[in-house]
Amino acid sequence: MIKKYVENFLRTLGRPLLTFVISLGNLVLFVIKAVYHALTPKYYIKIFLKQVLEIGFYSLPVVGLTTIFAGMVIALQTYSGFARYGAESAVASVVLISVTRELAPVLSALMVAGRIGAAMAAEIGTMKVTEQIDALITLSTNPYKYLFAPRLWAGTLVLPLLVLFGDVIGVFGGYVVGVYKLGFNPANYINSTIENIEAIGIISGLTKAAVFGFIIALMGCYNGYRSKGGAQGVGQATTNAVVSASILILIFNYILTEVFFSK
Amino acid sequence: MSEVKISIRNLHKAFGQKKVLNGVDLDVCKGQSLVVIGGSGTGKSVLIKCIQGLLSPDEGSIKIDGQDISFDQNKNAENLNAQMGMLFQGGALFDSLSVWENVAFSLIENQGYKREDAKREAVRVLRQVGLAPDVADLSPSELSGGMQKRVGLARAIITKPDIIFFDEPTTGLDPIMSDVINDLIIESAKGLGATTLTITHDMASVRKIADCVAMLYQGKIIWQGTVKEMDKTENPYVRQFINGCSQGPIKMEI
Repeated sequence: MIKKYVENFLRTLGRPLLTFVISLGNLVLFVIKAVYHALTPKYYIKIFLKQVLEIGFYSLPVVGLTTIFAGMVIALQTYSGFARYGAESAVASVVLISVTRELAPVLSALMVAGRIGAAMAAEIGTMKVTEQIDALITLSTNPYKYLFAPRLWAGTLVLPLLVLFGDVIGVFGGYVVGVYKLGFNPANYINSTIENIEAIGIISGLTKAAVFGFIIALMGCYNGYRSKGGAQGVGQATTNAVVSASILILIFNYILTEVFFSK
Repeated sequence: MSEVKISIRNLHKAFGQKKVLNGVDLDVCKGQSLVVIGGSGTGKSVLIKCIQGLLSPDEGSIKIDGQDISFDQNKNAENLNAQMGMLFQGGALFDSLSVWENVAFSLIENQGYKREDAKREAVRVLRQVGLAPDVADLSPSELSGGMQKRVGLARAIITKPDIIFFDEPTTGLDPIMSDVINDLIIESAKGLGATTLTITHDMASVRKIADCVAMLYQGKIIWQGTVKEMDKTENPYVRQFINGCSQGPIKMEI
């Protein structure tokens, strides 16, 4: 009797653990294979450029809106919170630092994960369940090179550009609130922003962006490629792609911050 | 008959607990049209996918032109497939590309054709399968099922492969369109002198295109012979299948 309970108990512990280990293993194998094929020829430049347009250009409005409001709200919070005195330089520098280090990379990546990760997973998942990926192989084309490599490259290279754009827009958002709502002197605000620009903040933000871009593309491709069954499987893959990318972004954000800033 | 093109010995493939192929032995001669029949879920598609290197078998050997391809297909799947063409059940056309880009895919990506040359060639092959040139610029989703099958066929034969696979080529088509597709299959295979392997459970299609028929049941080839032999055989499994009786030795898993 007791033996049976213990067995059942161990089973309930063991099954999710095994599932977890198996999926982790699958993911790692996928990453190794995808990176290998992304680094070796042949390269599909046209598909890469199409993905750059898709991930980069068409995400500009979303990233712009996200970061401008982030910059604005930070300016407002900093002012109301703790910087009534000597507020101008404090607000400018807090906006600059928080936007470039954290808000622009993380918020942009989360928005892009929703936009692009989902679309990638849906597209690749549909290709998978309608045998289009098998068809690629029968046409002597490696799906890792043709489908995944261009997306991984595009994600990794484009996200930093998007975040750089987000940095500028976010800081501008802070400026708008600072000058038009809080009544700061525009010239002073701009001066204290420029004075506080620090290489490490911007570089760390852009590095984060590259990692996040890789994660978004990876999760989109991986979950799409693993999808099974018809429409339901693809739907599941889409959800998984967005959720896993978002969580990984937040985890890696912490890890990278440790790497860059802890002494 | 003439030399053996595809030779399969003792092929096993299981998915988890479920044994799908359980020791398949099968030879396809050069230039022959072999049709594998069998109920749904008997592993016909798995068999084809193993030959193409889309799945790796658990055990056994697959030889093409005497060369064993069964265990290193990860490296060679792409090269191997250069000499094979496949018509998928659902067409499996790339919906991000136009019809002619689908048909000319291999020419552009693997053989370095210029786009205009590739398009000209694609239009020529499309005409061969009975499609007008103005179809070329449509997207696959704008086509009917029969037209998608034709485009899939055009894509499969444009590289002039030695071996062509047909995965249930007539499923989901009306009887007349089925017959048209059957005619196209025969024509294109004859024209290329290709060896073909078809899986289907459409008996009209079998009678039309098969030189030789093999029946797959419970993961094994249980019967093999010509169409004439098929009609005369006393084998109860084959008789039940070709007559489509619910009564007999084959029990459907419901």
